Amino acid sequence: MRNAFAQEIEKLAQDDPRIILLSGDIGNRLFDSFKERFPERFINCGVAEANMVGMAAGLAMAGMRPVIYTIASFLIYRPYEQLRLDVGYHGLPVCIVGVGGGLSYASNGATHHALEDIAVMRAIPGMQVLNAGDAWEVRAGLADALRSEKPCYLRIGKKREPLVHTEAISQPLLGRCISLGDGKQAALLASGNLLPHAAEARQLLSARGTSISLFSSPSVHPLDTELLETLFESGQPIFILEEHNRNGGLGTATLEWANDQGLDTRQLIRIGTPNTFIHRTTTQQDSRETCGLTAQDIADKIHSRLRQEANPT
Amino acid sequence: MKDLSTYAASIRSKVIQLSHQARTPHLGSSLSCADLIVALYKSHLRIDPQNAQDPTRDRFFLSKGHAVTTLYAVLAKQGFFPESELDQTYAEPGSRLPEHPSRNCVPGIEASTGSLGHGLGLATGVALANRIQNIDAKTFALLSDGECNEGSIWEAAMTAAALQLPKLCAIVDVNKWQATGRSAEVLALEPLHEKFASFGWETHRIDGHDFAAIDKALSSFPHPSGKPTAIIADTIKGKGVSFMEDDNNWHYRIPNADEVIAANKELGLA
Repeated sequence: MRNAFAQEIEKLAQDDPRIILLSGDIGNRLFDSFKERFPERFINCGVAEANMVGMAAGLAMAGMRPVIYTIASFLIYRPYEQLRLDVGYHGLPVCIVGVGGGLSYASNGATHHALEDIAVMRAIPGMQVLNAGDAWEVRAGLADALRSEKPCYLRIGKKREPLVHTEAISQPLLGRCISLGDGKQAALLASGNLLPHAAEARQLLSARGTSISLFSSPSVHPLDTELLETLFESGQPIFILEEHNRNGGLGTATLEWANDQGLDTRQLIRIGTPNTFIHRTTTQQDSRETCGLTAQDIADKIHSRLRQEANPT
Repeated sequence: MKDLSTYAASIRSKVIQLSHQARTPHLGSSLSCADLIVALYKSHLRIDPQNAQDPTRDRFFLSKGHAVTTLYAVLAKQGFFPESELDQTYAEPGSRLPEHPSRNCVPGIEASTGSLGHGLGLATGVALANRIQNIDAKTFALLSDGECNEGSIWEAAMTAAALQLPKLCAIVDVNKWQATGRSAEVLALEPLHEKFASFGWETHRIDGHDFAAIDKALSSFPHPSGKPTAIIADTIKGKGVSFMEDDNNWHYRIPNADEVIAANKELGLA
């Protein structure tokens, strides 16, 4: 996803001279082409995230469209007050791009895990939050965020994630889910880098005779309330999948919304990481296995819930 | 310079009155930076009160947002908004003039401040944007000495030096106190001018109540070296009122009616 980000930001910067890219001392070689073409509009801000966010806010105040980029765990947790005040309180159009969302950097340890980032970012009033599921969503999300002229957090993965979409996405991402297949018995909404697992889980279920609809749901804030209304109305179980702490992510955001609407939240099942730090030496795949987030785990969870509903004890 | 002193005395009087009537704290901090803010708005900043959003304006960030009554008083006197509004509504519910400023709450307020350590980063971003957009404008951030406890100030200081932003000026109001102790004792703050110099800034250390010295330092900015400028201004917390000067109780104390009268007398406004 990061290569897609680098290509897309260069393309967008070509058309909009207000775009300036700020990096927190990462992306070695990744932005060589951008730097060569727009040397004035690339700043390595060093390992000083608080200032990177504050400076981005100042740039936005003076008419630029800053895009700030570093590892999600460092970008969100360290300078949270700058994100809340300098960007959020001022309502400035800063695009905040966190690379390595979720467990992308699992092998680097919990310092590098971004599993609470969405929870805290969606708590900032006026902050839009997008969680990209593949490289096409990174491209569409970045363009969408810049077009919105409002603060936006765009969480992306790392590298070599499989593509789920087969072509460029033409619809807006903010506040909209993307349908990836119909189904009768349940709906699965996947947000972010587990999207390929969700697609695989749907196939596994189909092989077992279970038919579910699948939606990519990159937009955590705003929610696609139109789709959610329809899904709740159908009475089907709605599964929400994300590589994020089950507390505070898209699942929780949806629960809160549904509760506010007076809907039956028992229909909603959140699938995410447990509310614990991961101390185990691990890889992304290993940690997904530990957390029950493989395609097989997801399919099993859905299957078992549907069986439970069919045969209540 | 006498005019500036008279003007500053009227600002101090207003600030004391506002603290008294609205029962808001931070009087000592507001009085220490009064001469600096007066000198900036009277002689150096190029901001049209009638066109306060002009993208080519100079910009002033009050990073020590708790001293905003001084800035409000100067902005009102300079015609950014009606002085009567300040007198009648400051800190009242629904007012445009909160106890800590919110961006554009009234014309002339560039940023929402009140949490320390934010103004220099914002100003660095503005100075960089102006350079990219070929806008010939100066950007100022007024910090407190206690504020220099914040790591973000030093992140911004290193960044501005690396980016070589000569049109960025940090002014530090060194009133020697922070909320609960001597600034130089709470953290190892001094020598502050040497710290800024070693961080790559053109540095002046001046008496922050001497209008001639303030004018000289501000006039030598921007410096031809290409470095950003830091003006370390030694001031007195509570300056202008003998019973408030260098008494840190006035970080939080609210003056009563008799104290307001006594202060005005000392300021020559009785």
